[in-house]
Amino acid sequence: MFRIILRRLLQGLLTLLLASIIIFGATEILPGDVAEAVLGQNRTEEALATLREQMGLDRPAIVRYADWLGGMLQGDLGTSLATDRPVADMIGSRIWNTLRLALLAAAISVPLSLALGLWAAMRAGGAVDKTMAMTTLALIAVPEFFIGLVLMKIFAVELGWLSATANTRPYYDFWQNFRALALPVATLSFAVLAHMMRMTRSSVINIFTSAYIEMAALKGLPKRRLVLRHALPNALSPIFTVIALNLSYMVSGVIIVETVFGVPGLTRLLVDGVSLRDIPLIQACAMIFGSVYILLNLLADILSILANPRLRYPK
Amino acid sequence: MSDILSIRNLRVEGRPPGGAYVPIVKDVSLSVRKGEVLALIGESGSGKSTISLAAMGFARPGCRIAGGEVWLNGYDIMKLSPRERHALRGDAVSYVAQSAAASFNPALRIGRQVIEAPLWHGAGDAATLTAQATELYRKLDLPNPESVGHRFPHQVSGGQLQRLMAAMAMSCGPDLLILDEPTTALDVTTQIEVLKAFKDIIREQGTAAIYVTHDLAVVAQVADRILVLKDGEMVEEGTTDAILHNPQHDYTRKLMAAVRPAPHLVDHVAARDADVPVLSVQNVTAGYGTVTILSDVSMEVPRASVVGVIGESGCGKSTLARVVAGLTPAREGRIELNGKQVEAELDARPREALRDCQMVFQMADTALNPRQRIRDILGRPLQFYHGMTGRKQADRVAELLDLVDLPASFASRYPAELSGGQKQRVNLARALAADPRIILCDEVTSALDTVVAAGVIELLKSLRDRLGVAYMFISHDLSTVASFADEVVVLYAGRVVEKGPSKAVFQAPWHPYTHLLLASVPEMRQGWLEGVADTAEARAASTGSVQIGAKGCPFANRCAKVITGTCETVAPPVRDLPGGLTIACHLPPEALPA
Repeated sequence: MFRIILRRLLQGLLTLLLASIIIFGATEILPGDVAEAVLGQNRTEEALATLREQMGLDRPAIVRYADWLGGMLQGDLGTSLATDRPVADMIGSRIWNTLRLALLAAAISVPLSLALGLWAAMRAGGAVDKTMAMTTLALIAVPEFFIGLVLMKIFAVELGWLSATANTRPYYDFWQNFRALALPVATLSFAVLAHMMRMTRSSVINIFTSAYIEMAALKGLPKRRLVLRHALPNALSPIFTVIALNLSYMVSGVIIVETVFGVPGLTRLLVDGVSLRDIPLIQACAMIFGSVYILLNLLADILSILANPRLRYPK
Repeated sequence: MSDILSIRNLRVEGRPPGGAYVPIVKDVSLSVRKGEVLALIGESGSGKSTISLAAMGFARPGCRIAGGEVWLNGYDIMKLSPRERHALRGDAVSYVAQSAAASFNPALRIGRQVIEAPLWHGAGDAATLTAQATELYRKLDLPNPESVGHRFPHQVSGGQLQRLMAAMAMSCGPDLLILDEPTTALDVTTQIEVLKAFKDIIREQGTAAIYVTHDLAVVAQVADRILVLKDGEMVEEGTTDAILHNPQHDYTRKLMAAVRPAPHLVDHVAARDADVPVLSVQNVTAGYGTVTILSDVSMEVPRASVVGVIGESGCGKSTLARVVAGLTPAREGRIELNGKQVEAELDARPREALRDCQMVFQMADTALNPRQRIRDILGRPLQFYHGMTGRKQADRVAELLDLVDLPASFASRYPAELSGGQKQRVNLARALAADPRIILCDEVTSALDTVVAAGVIELLKSLRDRLGVAYMFISHDLSTVASFADEVVVLYAGRVVEKGPSKAVFQAPWHPYTHLLLASVPEMRQGWLEGVADTAEARAASTGSVQIGAKGCPFANRCAKVITGTCETVAPPVRDLPGGLTIACHLPPEALPA
């Protein structure tokens, strides 16, 4: 089993390396070179020359890639072209806002979707199940910025209970933090909850047709125990996968939520970076998102391997 | 009342998805006394499993118990609340399913599953119950009774798992035990030990039991009384002796007539003279990934003859057919069709070689495209191999259907509108459409009921006589092979242990494995089980499990006549015996089982 996990880890590393090549390569295949792209319309020969020298564009691409990757590995994310500040500093001050949003949303949506999915599976075909199916389908169909705006309209504008902007201050107490973060976290959770819940439900129901569930039912066990003790352990692998997919989707979903609620987070930085053509910043952000994506999927695969007794205890 | 279970006028209805309820069990009454074993027999669809589940007040999804009374221990369980009914299951009555491999939860340790029911129903604490379970494992002759409960289902063999399921059912000390085809999925050599275990434990605990099966020879070994079912209705009931020896009803007589005698009692087919074989396999080694399934297999199929390939599950029978067809390319060795070598890979073979060698699979329905009409299924090979289209093709489709005894009107039907036996005939017609020289038949009758299977065999025989086509006939059903095949190849763990004319293979002398295999086929004689389970061969065979890729003789670890120090390490010599028989064994010919 350890060999399988090790192989999977190596695959993850390889994927990360590939992602870095793609991200770096994407800026290389721009027409002209990076300097021209950065300066855009208002470039002068002089400015181009300065920038090229500053970015070391006269060196071959492979050398610059190695340089860039080496820097990344040591925590040097380069220097922003727009602000002249180290990218690491810019990201460092923002990443916590994004991370807090995502972690809170994950901490709420994952257990909630599991619980709801199992509940729906236990009542499959019943009123509870059908109501949940309708609701979750509707939630999947509606884009998250719309959900965000509706929530904002109800809870912040009409009722005035919660804050419409998610700006927090270090001196805020718990309730002030709650008021500020409740709506963006809820919006983000809604976006991923429905899919995870439906997948949990269908994985468990799928297992329900197997002979060992009938066997367990013929032992006189109640439905609750059939679901939790007999079906769930066998449904874990697909559930892990869909959780990982949704959490990685959440990382991109954050872009919209941060924009709607004015959160000064990482994705806002990325959006700003794109409009300013701040290549080093874009590359660093892309690498961070890519790493999170790869890491989450890696985690899901390793957990699936650990949850499989066939791999844990070979013959 | 001494009846543990008494069912009166039971009616069960089932509903196909989206359809209306139709009766599947009609007005069935039965009773079982303490310590008595009642067998429910009948063909598939006779409602025997449904009745046995209804004895627990259980109906499968899509089914419902529509009427009647089920009295268990003096309670009418249909009148109980669901909670009270749940309390009976796994306590007063327990269930043994057909496939232990599917009925054990793969994610939980065996021991926990075995004691789950009594633990849940409050029959004791985990430590006491585990100790009792260990005692049961010992009684059931399971290896390592102390530690087997800590293992996961995938870590033990199929036969052991089936016995563990018996332990699981017995762990709650039930008054009634329901056994639903508990040995059907097992190989014959494994079946003996499991049957013996069931019988001993039922006798020892004085449990009442319902034994559901389609195998009359098995019934003869375990049942006290027999209830014959057909299409959900009772046909006949009586003691085992009376039903087996003096059946009253026509249907029961028909079932008895379809029972095939044990292979060594069959009048065997003699081999035919032959010139160039239509198929020749020489020293073939093949497998999947890094696993080697077949090692150094050689065999021939003469023109217009039937060569049976026998052996237990996992011995490489199907792999051999796939290698010949090119679906699984051989790693080493030669394959010749009509004396001409063909490529190992399907893609590299010329169309002519493909045409000459066709295959028919075990699962008749999954081999047919459900979205194509029979005329399209048969038309495609006609067009591909013979360029037939339009009128010509339609005429040939009608001819092919006629050849397999199906009406020409079937051409416009979809596979779902056909019965299992009819589907298998269509598969055969599909193979015949190519005008092959040889058809590879992979367990083509195994999924069919006895009577239907007998019809398919008759058809195969007449096609061989009329068209001169040869068959490689793969089957685990030794009686059919004994009566049908001209020559027989016995495979064990991917190697040929014995081959020769049918007459010679099914008569002494035998390879020790062939001997075990033949002795393990159940006979209708009551008391047969006790006799055979006690032999040195059966005991030696139950101690080991099949090992693939052994250095010496693969059967060494299960052989009663093993020569210690030689058999495990040195590959056995291939001996040519009189009558065209070949046996791969270290024993000198005079020491072989006879």
